Amino acid sequence: MSPQRSAGRPAGGLISPAANTWCPGCGNFAIEHMMKSAIAELSEEEGIPLHNFVLLGGIGCHGKLVDYLNVNGFYGIHGRSIPAATGMRLANPDLKIICHVGDGDIYAEGLDHLIFAAKRNSDITVIVHDNRVYGLTTGQYTPTSPFGFRGRSTPGGISEHPINPLELMLAAGATHIARGYTKKVRHLKDLFKEAILHRGFSFVDVLQICATYFNLTDYYNEHTYEMQEGDVETGRFESALDKIREWDYDRDAPIALGTFYSVRRPIYEEKFQALTAGRPDRRALVRKVIERSR
Amino acid sequence: MREYSVLIGGKAGEGINTAGLSIARLFSRLGYRTYMYFDYPSLIRGGHNFAIIRASARPIGAHRTPVDVLLAFDQNSIENHRQRIHRGTTVIYDASQVTKGEGYGLPIDTIVREEDAPPITGNSAMLGALARVAGIGRDVLGDVLRESVPAKHLEANLRVAGRGYDGVESAFSVEPLDAPTLPIMTGNEAAGLGLVHGGLESYVAYPMTPTSNLLHFLAGQAEDLSIKVLHPENEISVILMALGLAYAGEKAAVGTSGGGFCLMTEGLSFAGMAEIPVTIVMGQRPGPSTGMPTYTAQTDLHFVLNAGQGEFPRFVVAPGDIEEAYTWSSTALMLSWKYQVPSIILTDKTLAEGGYSFDIEKIALHPDLEPVLWDGAGEYRRYARTDDGVSPLAFPGREGAVVRANSYAHDEVGFTTEEAGAVTALQEKRFAKGESLKAELAAYPTVKIYGPRNAGATVVCWGSEKWACIEAAERFGARVVQPLVFAPFPARAWKEAMIGAGKVVCVENNATGQLARLLRQQGFDPGRPVLKYDGRPFAVDELEARLREVLA
Repeated sequence: MSPQRSAGRPAGGLISPAANTWCPGCGNFAIEHMMKSAIAELSEEEGIPLHNFVLLGGIGCHGKLVDYLNVNGFYGIHGRSIPAATGMRLANPDLKIICHVGDGDIYAEGLDHLIFAAKRNSDITVIVHDNRVYGLTTGQYTPTSPFGFRGRSTPGGISEHPINPLELMLAAGATHIARGYTKKVRHLKDLFKEAILHRGFSFVDVLQICATYFNLTDYYNEHTYEMQEGDVETGRFESALDKIREWDYDRDAPIALGTFYSVRRPIYEEKFQALTAGRPDRRALVRKVIERSR
Repeated sequence: MREYSVLIGGKAGEGINTAGLSIARLFSRLGYRTYMYFDYPSLIRGGHNFAIIRASARPIGAHRTPVDVLLAFDQNSIENHRQRIHRGTTVIYDASQVTKGEGYGLPIDTIVREEDAPPITGNSAMLGALARVAGIGRDVLGDVLRESVPAKHLEANLRVAGRGYDGVESAFSVEPLDAPTLPIMTGNEAAGLGLVHGGLESYVAYPMTPTSNLLHFLAGQAEDLSIKVLHPENEISVILMALGLAYAGEKAAVGTSGGGFCLMTEGLSFAGMAEIPVTIVMGQRPGPSTGMPTYTAQTDLHFVLNAGQGEFPRFVVAPGDIEEAYTWSSTALMLSWKYQVPSIILTDKTLAEGGYSFDIEKIALHPDLEPVLWDGAGEYRRYARTDDGVSPLAFPGREGAVVRANSYAHDEVGFTTEEAGAVTALQEKRFAKGESLKAELAAYPTVKIYGPRNAGATVVCWGSEKWACIEAAERFGARVVQPLVFAPFPARAWKEAMIGAGKVVCVENNATGQLARLLRQQGFDPGRPVLKYDGRPFAVDELEARLREVLA
């Protein structure tokens, strides 16, 4: 059973002709198809034109998704999708900007940008393909690999503990925080739609299977559960923090899936919008400024 | 024609820079061209700051060592500048601070206290004294204060200035010229306004001397200029934010210095590959590493020419004065958009933070250039093959277009590819743009010549050393040749400019002769080097002495 047939609307036109090079069984397929369905459904249900979606990718297996979907794409450099996304949102408030990033990509290389986008409440969506291992560079530990992880750069096992990215995002000021799992595709699609519709910075950490280097399918199947109404008060910081701390990406614990936190706050880009509104004759404005220096 | 030089010195935090600009305005009011060199260490309070303001009837852009008037707020301002004081120099010092002074001692603390004025108005006492010494009327003094001082502090400043005026005697008389009062601006300000003239909509920067003041200036004028000014978390974010803005259709520029530019190079290479326009104002200062943050150098020419992995065309220009900073910043941005290449405006601390009279009426603007936009026909291909290598632009949000930017090698649509034929074609397409850019620039003044041809000697220089060289070369009847554009290198214009060059010297603010190295790479003889690498620009007289060693 392929996920796109079971969980979302058919949206064949959104799959690009680019040849797919992910490993068989890769968790990225689920993310690709659920993002495709989320975009198709949002376009139909919310009237968001398809040409207003932009997908950004970093470098890593996740980034290939940008080639595979038939929407505007910005296939950037390692760890740096987020500032580019903020730039796009500043330039055009109609765009729905979705950053696909990897766990090595954004928790290691580009962590500064993730924290600052959350702090600013930049009106973009960040989807982390968190397989907790470097795939494309063939199997090294990432910031979310568990203690003791043996990778090709750390054959003796790592002596550092992972970061809990959700806790980090809550502390940084993210206004929408969720977690999904690539084997729960319908749930994942709904999380994507909710995140994209959120006004402000939205963050979804997706527990993604790496079929080749770190296959946690059985572990996740056993430990994950979808949060139900009342499991967390998504408008309350302390409640979200408690729930987020239930699992620390390290020790055995139940792994909650769903939205942990969602609040509204002023959007970073909005205050800049008025500055460039209209079609000002900037050359006349330049002359005025020069005249003032006489 | 008479010319005048004034030095004002004191501790950081005493407003020496602002006071220097007010002095320049005093001369500007009388129709003089002015230039201000501002020298300060990297600290916030204390230390020794000074500004040298030079005024002349002719265009200038460099200082001289001797001064006619020295205004000293402290003992260092006299001791550090003994070599500038000559028989005709009038020294005015703050008698509350200076213990060993010869000249006029103004008890500034007492004046300020008696006039019930804030301490910073001490600058106005000095300005008033200068006006009197230079035979400049109270009316001109008042006009300058009215323009530079906020209304609520004006009365206090006028009173204190009057005390300074009355505390000294006239030593010489600056004759008013029949010439307009020109605006006085810094190279940073001119570059910023030039960018806006060229179509800038957003400026993104992280503070770093010597371009922090460009960020401050544009941020302060953002509403008046109708632009966005953004200050994100670091220079990596700066350049990526600019690329995001440009991808979505908004013209953006960034500013930094060498250290910040190091962080931008991966983004620069991405811009080269993805063909996203971006304009970078790169203000040089002495390195390596942190170096001397508030001083000047011409040490990053080869860095900007070669920065970024891989091979891609770029535009690099190094303006030599305020008019060139304005016109070429505008052109750099427009060229970046027309050819979808990174443009780098290479300045340095001397130009970026120096104050210049800006003759906006006299500048020769280059032609306006428009980006090539998609006509909406057929399937949109972001990297469509064309004769000149330039693929029409469309931006996300455009119906009927899927706009793909890609840092990987890609095909015409923008899909990643590693296929040999496709990647070869892509590389050739990018270099076709470089050739088109070079052809366009053939009509621009990419190499400038000053002074007589067949002079028997030629002084080659670049960037902010331009005006010191023009003045110093006059002494020897030599020609000056100044390349402005460094990439693509204007080899033909260079060859023409150097016909009959005679004996050649190459003046640079670095230790290795970076322009000379570039000229040798291009197959030209750069002549004898005249180098200075102490973080300070050449004074005209200092350069004359150095040229004498080589040309005489």
